[in-house]
Amino acid sequence: MTEIFVAKAAQLKDGDRRIVRGERGEIGVFQQGGAYYAYSNICLHSGGPACEGLIMPLVVDVIAEDKTYQGQVFDENEMHFVCPWHGWEYDMKTGVCIGDRKQRLRKYEVVQRGDDIFVIA
Amino acid sequence: MNTHVPPGEPREVRFDEYHSSDALRNAAIAARKRNYQDFLIVDVDAHHYESESYGEVFSYIESPVIRRQALESAKRGGRSSMLGGSVGYQDIGGRITRHWLRGKEKVESGKHRDITTTLRWMDAMGVDYTCLFPTPMLFLGTHPQVEIEVAMSRAYNRWLCERILAHEPRIVSMLYLPFNDPDATYQMVKDFGDKKGVVGFMVTAPRYKPVHDNAYMKTYRLLEEMGKPISFHAAYNWSDQSLSLTNRFIAVHALGFMWFNMVHMTNWVVNGLPERFPKLKVMWIESGLTWAYALMQRLDHSYKMRTSDCPSLKRKPSEYMREMFYSSQPMEMPDDPSILEATFKMIKADTQLVWSSDYPHWDFDLPGVIHDLPFLNEQTKRAILGGNAARFFGLDTKPVKNIPIYE
Repeated sequence: MTEIFVAKAAQLKDGDRRIVRGERGEIGVFQQGGAYYAYSNICLHSGGPACEGLIMPLVVDVIAEDKTYQGQVFDENEMHFVCPWHGWEYDMKTGVCIGDRKQRLRKYEVVQRGDDIFVIA
Repeated sequence: MNTHVPPGEPREVRFDEYHSSDALRNAAIAARKRNYQDFLIVDVDAHHYESESYGEVFSYIESPVIRRQALESAKRGGRSSMLGGSVGYQDIGGRITRHWLRGKEKVESGKHRDITTTLRWMDAMGVDYTCLFPTPMLFLGTHPQVEIEVAMSRAYNRWLCERILAHEPRIVSMLYLPFNDPDATYQMVKDFGDKKGVVGFMVTAPRYKPVHDNAYMKTYRLLEEMGKPISFHAAYNWSDQSLSLTNRFIAVHALGFMWFNMVHMTNWVVNGLPERFPKLKVMWIESGLTWAYALMQRLDHSYKMRTSDCPSLKRKPSEYMREMFYSSQPMEMPDDPSILEATFKMIKADTQLVWSSDYPHWDFDLPGVIHDLPFLNEQTKRAILGGNAARFFGLDTKPVKNIPIYE
């Protein structure tokens, strides 16, 4: 296991990310809502840079009590990062693939030592 | 997606710059690992955005009246234009970032921008030759003014031949046919069939003229005599009466890209066109594969009871369909690969399937969709990735790509 330097904590603002190289390939490290998350940067679909796309909230169909459709909203309680090649979406907190929840990206631990952020790979 | 930092250094993800090679760096790494440099890969369906060159393309419109209409209508964005557009949001709300970042790509002067950017993504994927098609013009067959389809397609084809194909041997095309005007369609083949890089002709599938109309027979005969293939490139039309019942892009895309080609294929077969033009090579583009798997069974089932409906046929419909060519993208990937294997068997993929990327569109495929399949041997993989297309188009089989090195 190796600790790989990612950034100074002050450099990673909410929604920021860095890409670092681990022994098994690239890793995307996110700061989202004050927490850090790190995942393999290889999309499970066709190998795209999964961590290099937009960060988007979950989209929800609003279905009323009477089962009628009332439009769509963003739910910012569940943030996704999106592979820019084809739009595969992953849950920021778990790395689970939204389009096929049996799949998830390899997750890495992130630690903070003083002002420095490291990912363990 | 910059690579301008030393290996091992953390890098930022940039949304203020773009480079087609860097955006596909993972594809280039995969291409090197799979030794794509050792064999031919032909992409039979990829695209550029001719709308980014409308100023140049419109200058090729022969009618001075239509030319002025086109040039003037293009000057003021946000208003209705001469060509119109299609309803749709292929970039999934901006999630496909290359669609809005690509305008930031820098190119060297001296070559047309489309040549430079096309070669960049081709090399990154490991592609030797690509058959380039337009993008907005995929919907031109539904334009209410037939003379605009004719004028625009002639202008585009001249522009493509003179500005792109004449300067880059790795880029070829099957030229757009203005199918709503059968005489203009015939004339297009006469005028452009011998141009450099023209490897066939293409009919955009969303349209409402039946392919078996007698008016087209002289064009099919000419194509057969010239040895030039005809292809049908799928797309959707959200204004189509049936497809307008759908309310999400995923629905109109999934159905539309199969629907029009299913109609044209059915008409093509039951009217006996394979018997009338036995040497005419036919390719069906961008409908995936499952539609053919289903349609072969469907038509065969009915044919055995209704041979009198299609007396020109001497064999079952599936037997004719198995002699046509199919582009692979968007290749369905069922969880159980045996289902895909059955589809490959049904369409005789070893000789009739040709790989395509559809790049840079939102649902593009890499060569890996074929190369990584567990049920294909090496010979069949190479046939589908390049050999079959080289045979179809008459291309040289020596690899000419230059895959960039990223690690």
